[in-house]
Amino acid sequence: MSDTKFTKDHEYVRLDGDTATVGITDHAQSQLGDVVYVGLPEIGKAVTQGGEAAVVESVKAASDVFAPVSGEVVAVNAELEGAPSTVNEDPLGKGWFLKIKVKDKSEFDKLMSDAEYQDYLKTLS
Amino acid sequence: MAEITSESAAKEPASEASAALEAPPLKTTPLHDAHVALGARMVSFAGYDMPVQYPSGILGEHLHTRSSAGIFDVSHMGQAFLMGPDHATVAKALEALVPADILNLAPGRQRYTQLLNEEGGILDDLMVTRSADEAEDGVLMLVVNAACKEQDFPHIAARLPENMRLMRAEHRALIALQGPKAAEVLDRHCGGAAVMPFMSARQMSFDGLACHVSRSGYTGEDGYEISIKSAHAVAVWSALLRDAAVKPIGLGARDSLRLEAGLCLYGHDIDTTTSPVEAALTWSVQKRRREEGGFPGAERVKRELADGASRKRVGLLPDGKAPAREGTEIQAKDGRKIGTVTSGGFGPSLGGPLAMGYVETPFAAVGTELTLLVRGKALPAKVAPMPFVPNRYFRSPAGAS
Repeated sequence: MSDTKFTKDHEYVRLDGDTATVGITDHAQSQLGDVVYVGLPEIGKAVTQGGEAAVVESVKAASDVFAPVSGEVVAVNAELEGAPSTVNEDPLGKGWFLKIKVKDKSEFDKLMSDAEYQDYLKTLS
Repeated sequence: MAEITSESAAKEPASEASAALEAPPLKTTPLHDAHVALGARMVSFAGYDMPVQYPSGILGEHLHTRSSAGIFDVSHMGQAFLMGPDHATVAKALEALVPADILNLAPGRQRYTQLLNEEGGILDDLMVTRSADEAEDGVLMLVVNAACKEQDFPHIAARLPENMRLMRAEHRALIALQGPKAAEVLDRHCGGAAVMPFMSARQMSFDGLACHVSRSGYTGEDGYEISIKSAHAVAVWSALLRDAAVKPIGLGARDSLRLEAGLCLYGHDIDTTTSPVEAALTWSVQKRRREEGGFPGAERVKRELADGASRKRVGLLPDGKAPAREGTEIQAKDGRKIGTVTSGGFGPSLGGPLAMGYVETPFAAVGTELTLLVRGKALPAKVAPMPFVPNRYFRSPAGAS
């Protein structure tokens, strides 16, 4: 069964076995506004927790997407290059950014649960 | 996820800590409550709490302005009246500060110019309008940038002869109506607006409310700027919004619209280090002023007009889809740094990335291949003509203006 966790930087990470699917949260896409460009890493790239993994740009701004967990990039969502607005339409589904083969599952375990992330969002407004 | 570049509409240097200690409360325009009621996302801009976007979003707002009509609250901008005994006296005083020909500005006509420092650097850019009213001979209306107004107005006032004065229009709002349907929309409230020439201005009545209307703007589209007493701002704004063709547009789309139109944003594309020649604004320095000089920095401007400036503002089109933001390094094909992007992003009407910036003059010709260093990656780009999308300013039937 898959489990989804969240970061303070508004990434989500869904773990299936040792493969983590990473994207940005609904809150993040709503704050960004219309996404016009997504820059994805190369497959095989090693990423470390909290390090830059991808870039997402709206009309007004560019933002880094950080790796929620360390590991190797094993897949990227190339569909976003032609249809970046998918990130706005379905951030937790078809709008995923990349998949990471996870090195250390304890990194995942320490991230926020959905309930904890919702509480965290309340502290921001 | 963390923001690595922010929109120019919300760029504030203060850190959170210093903001908490020092930042004065944000000022508001007379339309502030209307923005909040419309669900706008408000940001701090030039000391004002301003709408960066409404719920429909920047992309939709931008495209709506180009296809129909949008209204913008630009009441934060600095409006003032420059007054003296007659036009020649007032024109002469202003010409000592700006490089445009003000003397030959006809009644009811408007002109774009820049306040220059002694080195020919740009202190601000502004619109100057000569009153159309014969009884107001010797009155010029000025509209300057919000972020510069507290410096501009003292700068101007301190340099006036004794028989002139600068009166700030503190209690006036400014509403821009822009887009291909702007003329038919405004004509329903201000009869005759549709036939006004581009860059003209006159006193009008908006459903019975006195206002001053100019046919100009900051989007590359046909449109107007309506100056009205603050007390009447909500009435005008609401009346325009009731029109099905009109939507409210925030500072985010205002920025993407002006960028596609190739128009400068002060503090980014022009500043105290850039001259009008470097900034490719020589069209705004009329022949008489080039010959006679008599404005601050005239020596530099004349020299650059004769010999060329060492750098020039150009349009840039990246080859791929990645936007190049302000601050991006521009390189020659051999990797040598030759300039910097001053505004950049995504053009919703263009459907791709676009930018403007300064390059060394040998690289300024349209079509020149350059490299943009975006997040460490060298992305190919070309120098492009501006505007990026065609201007659609109103042109009167031949001979009418």
